[in-house]
Amino acid sequence: MQIELIEIRDHLSRFPPFDELPEEQLNDIARQVEIAYFKAGTEILTFNQEIHELHYVRSGAVDIFRRNGDLYNRLTEGGIFGHFGLLRHNRVRFPARAIEDTLLYYIPGVLFDQLCEQYENFADFVEAEGQSRLKAAVDNGRASELMKIKVRKLISRLPVTVPLTTTVQQAAQVMTEQSVSSLVVVDPQTSWPNAERVPVAEPHHAVMVGIMTDRDFRTRVLAEGLPLDTPVANIMSPNPITVQGDDTVFEAMLSMLRNNIHHLPVVQRRRPIGLINLSDIIKYESQSSLYLVSSIYNKQSVKELQSLLPDVRATFVRMARDEASAHMIGSAMSGIGRSFSQRLLELAEDQFGPPPVPYSYMALGSMARDEQLVVTDQDNALVLDDSFDPKLHDEYFLKLATFVSDGLAACGYTYCKGGIMATNPKWRQPLKVWRRYFTDWINNPKPEALLNSCIFFDLDSVYGESAMVEELQELLAEKASRNEAFLGALSRNALNRTPPLGFFRTFVMEKDGEHKNVINLKRRGTAPLTDLIRVHALACGSRAQNSFERLDAIAATKLMPPEALERLRYALEFLSLVRIKHQALAIEESVEPDNDIEPENISAAERQALKDAFQVLSNAQKFLRFRYPHMPATRPL
Amino acid sequence: MIRFTPGSPEPGQAPPDWQGQLAQLAEHAQHPALQAFYQAGCPAADCALDDAPLIALDIETTGLNTRHDAIVSLGMVPFSLERIRCRDALYQVVKPTSELSDESITFHRITHSDIHQAPRVASVIETVLEALAGKLVVVHYQAIERGFLDQACRQALGEGLQFPVIDTMELEARLHRGDSEPNVFQRMFGKRKQSIRLADSRLRYNLPLYQAHHALTDAIATAELLQAQALTHYSPQVAVSRLWS
Repeated sequence: MQIELIEIRDHLSRFPPFDELPEEQLNDIARQVEIAYFKAGTEILTFNQEIHELHYVRSGAVDIFRRNGDLYNRLTEGGIFGHFGLLRHNRVRFPARAIEDTLLYYIPGVLFDQLCEQYENFADFVEAEGQSRLKAAVDNGRASELMKIKVRKLISRLPVTVPLTTTVQQAAQVMTEQSVSSLVVVDPQTSWPNAERVPVAEPHHAVMVGIMTDRDFRTRVLAEGLPLDTPVANIMSPNPITVQGDDTVFEAMLSMLRNNIHHLPVVQRRRPIGLINLSDIIKYESQSSLYLVSSIYNKQSVKELQSLLPDVRATFVRMARDEASAHMIGSAMSGIGRSFSQRLLELAEDQFGPPPVPYSYMALGSMARDEQLVVTDQDNALVLDDSFDPKLHDEYFLKLATFVSDGLAACGYTYCKGGIMATNPKWRQPLKVWRRYFTDWINNPKPEALLNSCIFFDLDSVYGESAMVEELQELLAEKASRNEAFLGALSRNALNRTPPLGFFRTFVMEKDGEHKNVINLKRRGTAPLTDLIRVHALACGSRAQNSFERLDAIAATKLMPPEALERLRYALEFLSLVRIKHQALAIEESVEPDNDIEPENISAAERQALKDAFQVLSNAQKFLRFRYPHMPATRPL
Repeated sequence: MIRFTPGSPEPGQAPPDWQGQLAQLAEHAQHPALQAFYQAGCPAADCALDDAPLIALDIETTGLNTRHDAIVSLGMVPFSLERIRCRDALYQVVKPTSELSDESITFHRITHSDIHQAPRVASVIETVLEALAGKLVVVHYQAIERGFLDQACRQALGEGLQFPVIDTMELEARLHRGDSEPNVFQRMFGKRKQSIRLADSRLRYNLPLYQAHHALTDAIATAELLQAQALTHYSPQVAVSRLWS
């Protein structure tokens, strides 16, 4: 009689890829299993060690790392690892560590090979690691969870606080005792005005003045050779960026993405109630774009950055499959684009030395709007300090701009055909020149000229002295809202591109190039939509850059009825999502992604929704024409 | 009645010299199966737990009394601190010498028809002894496995059986009972006696819950528990004589 290992067989049968195997096969696997127990914190696999077994998590939790130490995945009950090593020369590719007390099943490599050969599903699962995992993540609906869960849910304990006067050594001791990797620094001399009801001795009622992380000890204490009695006040990050407890996990993730920070204090109004870090969020999204961003910052050369291109696309595809919102995907992809730019600028500064005068590297267009997708040009410019002297300094900034621009091109952000790049001397100017540019565009609006400069009306600082770019945003919002002629000229341009209302009949299809019967969803959909939203937002004096945030700003002014704004929001979301899905599908099919959809390939339901969205755009364009009718100079005679 | 083997340590006494005892027993044993079992010996007293060949054993019975009750099934799995080897596991249902009550049928999920087809314990005891020979037996609550194997050997081979065991329940008792056992006053203030049953002990090490009372599952559960106990409370280099009885 063959022995049955009931517990082992039944457990395997509940998890992929074993769940599709026949029972007799499962019995056979169970009979060959070996079992081992690991205490929390123990190494299970180290990089490049020999490996001859598939590892299966029976209970507990295991972190899987990339070679550079970045967290790659977190596995719990039913998770498998080690198969990459088995498939590639029996060497461990991804080190693993138990993060809880863990019981592992080992399945012999020979048996693993047989299973791969005999069962197609099994092979698909283990070979297409990322893909299958991603699919599983979609099924769990994790992306939408991110949008719903409040940050406060991630908080596991009150923040550990120390007063400003604590020495770095004491602070390190506190962190060790409390096993935390970050501290909130408070000023015990001040407490909240409404804090009479609570004892002042409660440290977390004091005012937060900064945070300290493990990393600060390395970079600001040890590396600088500071004495142990240095007060934490001297080395903390003052006035840290925070999130509100009621913000969503998604918002916290965006904040980390945008600011490249790994620790984020959570506040209730202004009182610190917790500290979350990268890994808290990664628990919710195990292959989040945050990983990608953190690996961008670890890369040491353009070539290494370039190697991340597949990961960028995989992240995009995964978010599309996760049914993340267009806003979420646009923000995440823009965050990734910013990180590439920032890392390239850091590398450029390493190579060419520190900048001779302060500067801000400015993103324009979709990146500034947080609406970037995968098919995207680079649009950038340099705003230099007014002390800039071309004879002395321009050589440096040209080298810097060229390095970054070439680097971006290598990483998939193609050169801007219109030359809107910091390599162009016209767009590498001191702040005073930029002020003049903007003033001139606004005060002497000529639609033809504005067609080319329109891209500058979506602008954001990516690196350096952001205050200079903020000043330009302010100037634009301030002057534009008071200049009807400028808004009129902008609105005329916003009407240049019209939606293909009868798109299901062939005569409105684009006939250009090799493409027949296609609709360019960007040119005929999202671009005219963002154009007209920009006009209204500038008319409201809004400094918002993102189209959805611009719609919020417009809503606050009653310039347009709320239903009309809701329709615009829906249309933008839908058109963007169709674009996103189309591009994600192309990437999965290894076709170069573009914006051209073929109506024949669209389902009837989607076709109807597209038609509705185009109708919304068309109506909004009519309203714009009605709103800015007096444009004698701009209307063709 | 539960028989205590001569090797059981009295409190405060030195741990038994099992290698010596098994050598002596080998000389006096009459039955060749027992001679062979004793001659295979056991790891030396100072052998590191890490190096010792271990085998987890669980016996399910019709009841707790070795005089009236009988073995229903046996599960065994050889292991080390690094690996539990299911490939070499053994599981045997046997026809009990005493009546199998309906109660114990639901308990073990073994049916009359399973039993009907099963061999008598006498015909499998030699296989069991072969599997255990030379290894250090690990059980949860030694009185059952020792008592019933001794009974089986007496019935089948005409002689009793003695062997060293590591008792994971006894290791738990050392940790959670003994001096630290809550006194009356502590209990009044809510301090509870810790359960040292197999499932409860496993929970303390975050080991998963298994269906109890299947001899092989329990043997594996016991092996896992010893791995967890060793990694949590002992060095892998701990001498087996500190753990056995």
